[in-house]
Amino acid sequence: MIKLEGTGASRGIAIGPVFQFRRIKLVVSPREVTDIEAEIHRLNDAIDLAEEQLKQVHEKAIKEAAASEAEIFEAHLMMLRDPELWGQVESSVQAEGINVEQALVNVTSTFTEMLKVMDDEYFAARALDVQDVSDRVLRILLGVAESPTADLNEPSIIFADDLTPSDTILLDKSLVLGFCTAEGSATSHSAILARGLGLPAVAGAGRAVLEIENGTPLVMDGSKGLLLLNPDEDTVRVYRERAALVKMVRENALKQAAEPAITADGREVEVGANIGNVEDAHSAVENGADGVGLLRTEFLYLERASLPTEDEQYDAYQAIMDVMGKRPLVLRTLDAGGDKEIVYLDMPKEMNPFLGERAIRLCFAHPELLKTQLRAALRASVGHNLKIMFPMIATLDEVRRARAILEECQAELLAEGKEVAEDIEVGIMVEIPAAAVMADQLAKEVDFFSIGTNDLSQYTLAADRTNARVAHLSNAFQPAVLRLVRDVVRAAHAYDKWAGMCGELAGEPLAVPLLIGLGLDEFSMSPPMVPLVKQIIRGLDAEDMRGLATEALNLESPEAIKALVKSRVPLANVEM
Amino acid sequence: MPEVKIVVTHKVGLHARPAAIFVKAANKFAADIQVTKDDRTINAKSILSVLTLGVNQGSEITIHAEGEDAEAALQELVALVKDDFGEK
Repeated sequence: MIKLEGTGASRGIAIGPVFQFRRIKLVVSPREVTDIEAEIHRLNDAIDLAEEQLKQVHEKAIKEAAASEAEIFEAHLMMLRDPELWGQVESSVQAEGINVEQALVNVTSTFTEMLKVMDDEYFAARALDVQDVSDRVLRILLGVAESPTADLNEPSIIFADDLTPSDTILLDKSLVLGFCTAEGSATSHSAILARGLGLPAVAGAGRAVLEIENGTPLVMDGSKGLLLLNPDEDTVRVYRERAALVKMVRENALKQAAEPAITADGREVEVGANIGNVEDAHSAVENGADGVGLLRTEFLYLERASLPTEDEQYDAYQAIMDVMGKRPLVLRTLDAGGDKEIVYLDMPKEMNPFLGERAIRLCFAHPELLKTQLRAALRASVGHNLKIMFPMIATLDEVRRARAILEECQAELLAEGKEVAEDIEVGIMVEIPAAAVMADQLAKEVDFFSIGTNDLSQYTLAADRTNARVAHLSNAFQPAVLRLVRDVVRAAHAYDKWAGMCGELAGEPLAVPLLIGLGLDEFSMSPPMVPLVKQIIRGLDAEDMRGLATEALNLESPEAIKALVKSRVPLANVEM
Repeated sequence: MPEVKIVVTHKVGLHARPAAIFVKAANKFAADIQVTKDDRTINAKSILSVLTLGVNQGSEITIHAEGEDAEAALQELVALVKDDFGEK
């Protein structure tokens, strides 16, 4: 048995074989060919095989009732039989005497360029389609597997250097037991995805884990960040029992999940979910979330080639709000930049993207971006409890500017005769130390605060949370971070505003007693954590926790603070 | 070569679903079929060519066909365009 360690990124235990997700690069180089006929023959064989593959996935999509995917594959089939595309590849092979792979790459780029210059989302999407079809044929010509997950056919633990949203779309989630990434941290995309799915994950495990062979038996502990390769029978048994226990605790908590979270001495707090799409919204409701404390809207902007239109956004928000009904829903405006790059926005390369033109700053530079989003959200708000939140606010002036744009949108919509919900609360993310320090001034200008502990920690400790070598410093249990949390809650309450938290800390069982003690009004976390956090809150005495929090904030380190909570509040010490 | 001039009235022009319907219909015929807009002429059986021709609502196009079933092809394609691809 070999023991390896990374950072615990999502709780839970996975027991199963290793599967390495390796991105395949299609490398093509020009080559002179003499037997033109044989070369054309290779091309036609590859097209035939590609057609067979596509017909299969098309049928599968129809069977699974995935209408939009089925439509995409149908479009691909049509392009696969496009006489111009292949006619040009053939004539290029004949005229230039080059290999068919190179000819295909050349012709494909002519067509994608032509489509891209039309500067319209529809054509940009077609450009991706042509590329996809061309790559499919190219893979066959080069003898490369269909996709990085072509050989994934039993439930496995997925290993990768790091996973992007477009990678995870390829994954059949029913075959995923958990994730382990060589790079990244608890806040990278795969970790967030894993928590959303309720799957364990370990991040920053080091490049060496990418050398582990496929099929190697593994026990992965997502709370401790532990990997046990080739575990012996006893170890597997111990972990199986623990996994069963965790399942039982979760199921127990789930039974009461829909009940409110009221402390033993009668203080009710809201426990909401962090969501990023309509599937998450369903998961939030199933897990008994009182609302949505954070709707990340980046999903609308990723995986595409141009900006989403107002109507597209309206439809997406409407779909999510319909799931949430009258429950409160905090929509965070676009938080691009930092580690979330949106290719078609043509964002300049920055030396320090986390300190650069991201989130609200990017929106101020492109006001139409924010206006389109706000108009869509406002239109969808009718009959729902929408709240709007601006990310990365550092100064008072920024709040005023953002609110002015919001009011402008409201006025425009009303003038156009469109309906908008009344009394929409407006708040800000508190994730920059400057905002935490100035919270007493900011509180006058907003209806609520939501503390983003992931960024607040990295900015307070000046430690990049995506850099595995310093990520340990970027820890929300640092007394410096917790003291800022205390000040923010105090400032909000002094002006009768509410303070919530949508960072990872809010869903961390050991932090819950401290946050109750600091007076936090709202907790928001990945949906699967909601039942458990509610259950922990029900067992706490808010008055006692106030004393505990005061004591904790005078301690010297995250370790000391965690140890204190563990010793005083055994029920928060859930090893999951 | 028989040809017909016609204005596209469908609101998305010869794109998206209309383009797919048009190309599918063209492929049913043996005749060589081409579409001209302004001074560009393309193969009507190629979805990529039709898409990149840039035919919007109000664009005037000329459909040419040559071959055994040219007349029938022209008739069907013109009817499709006139009928807003079955959405009228």
